[in-house]
Amino acid sequence: MHSFGYRANALLTFSVTALAFICAIASFSDKFSNQNPSAEIQILNINRLKKQSYGNDEVSLTLDISADLQSLFTWNTKQVFAFVAAEYETSKNSLNQVSLWDVIIPDKEHAKFRIQTSNKYRFIDQGHNLRGREFNLTLHWHVMPKTGKMLADKIIMPGYSLPDAYK
Amino acid sequence: MGWIGETVDSIKSIKIRQLLTQAVTLGMIVTSALIIWKAMMCVTGTESPVVVVLSGSMEPAFQRGDILFLRMTKDPIRTGEIVVFKIDGRDIPIVHRVIEVHERKTTGKVDVLTKGDNNDVDDIGLYADGQMWLHRHHIMGRAVGFLPYVGWVTIIMTEKPIIKYLLIGAMGLLVITSKD
Repeated sequence: MHSFGYRANALLTFSVTALAFICAIASFSDKFSNQNPSAEIQILNINRLKKQSYGNDEVSLTLDISADLQSLFTWNTKQVFAFVAAEYETSKNSLNQVSLWDVIIPDKEHAKFRIQTSNKYRFIDQGHNLRGREFNLTLHWHVMPKTGKMLADKIIMPGYSLPDAYK
Repeated sequence: MGWIGETVDSIKSIKIRQLLTQAVTLGMIVTSALIIWKAMMCVTGTESPVVVVLSGSMEPAFQRGDILFLRMTKDPIRTGEIVVFKIDGRDIPIVHRVIEVHERKTTGKVDVLTKGDNNDVDDIGLYADGQMWLHRHHIMGRAVGFLPYVGWVTIIMTEKPIIKYLLIGAMGLLVITSKD
């Protein structure tokens, strides 16, 4: 009953259980943080709206994105993944979401930023529905913890639109 | 050396009834582990409620060796979600983020494009030949939580199977040689 094997087994079981409990509590503490992020996106320029050679519409634009996500960081936060997606409806699709730009924010200092950038990922439609299209720009964020439950939310900014003709 | 002598002695002195009791106990332990696993599958709604991260394509969020807890609900798939999917004809599940969603009005079916955070390009190269989008049936679950480093045990046991046999052998020996 007191052999090396038993003692090693008991020690291992106890330490794994204790660690799991600590991780769960760390994750639970995230519930008590007060979060109020803010963001604003402007479209600086629609660079091109064209029809690709094999049929789909593609648009390239330059965005001015400013956000303050500092309040999302707690002691249990490993990083925040933020991205901007364009959301719109077409006759065939009830929802299209296209991610235009994303960033990995490793700590609180980098969480307040302003950046002017063209879209990192190509904005291509399924079809040619983009002329004159109205769309929302949504800033999403995913908080990745050091251990435990992940949290995600977003700010929807409606009211953007694309030109009526190819350019 | 005395420990090995003790083990050999206790194996020699084993009685049949004691052996059977221990075999039943071992069977009970294995089946309760199986019951817990199946119950988790029911609760989370997915075939694999826990997966181990195998590649570095989602760094720095998920490193190789982390484990992810998955859930699958009927909620629609939206951009930003971290999903685990399997390509037809391949065994290994892949954990990446959804970057594009197109949902059909009439049928509610979705076309999904994914990309690993640490990759420069989207996953089109990973999909099967001619496949441009993922569909709901490819997706096994969404990642909802994670624990770091714990998955290394599984990676080591898969990549060096000898360690798996050693561990099982040692546990079996421990059970057999227990005096109660």
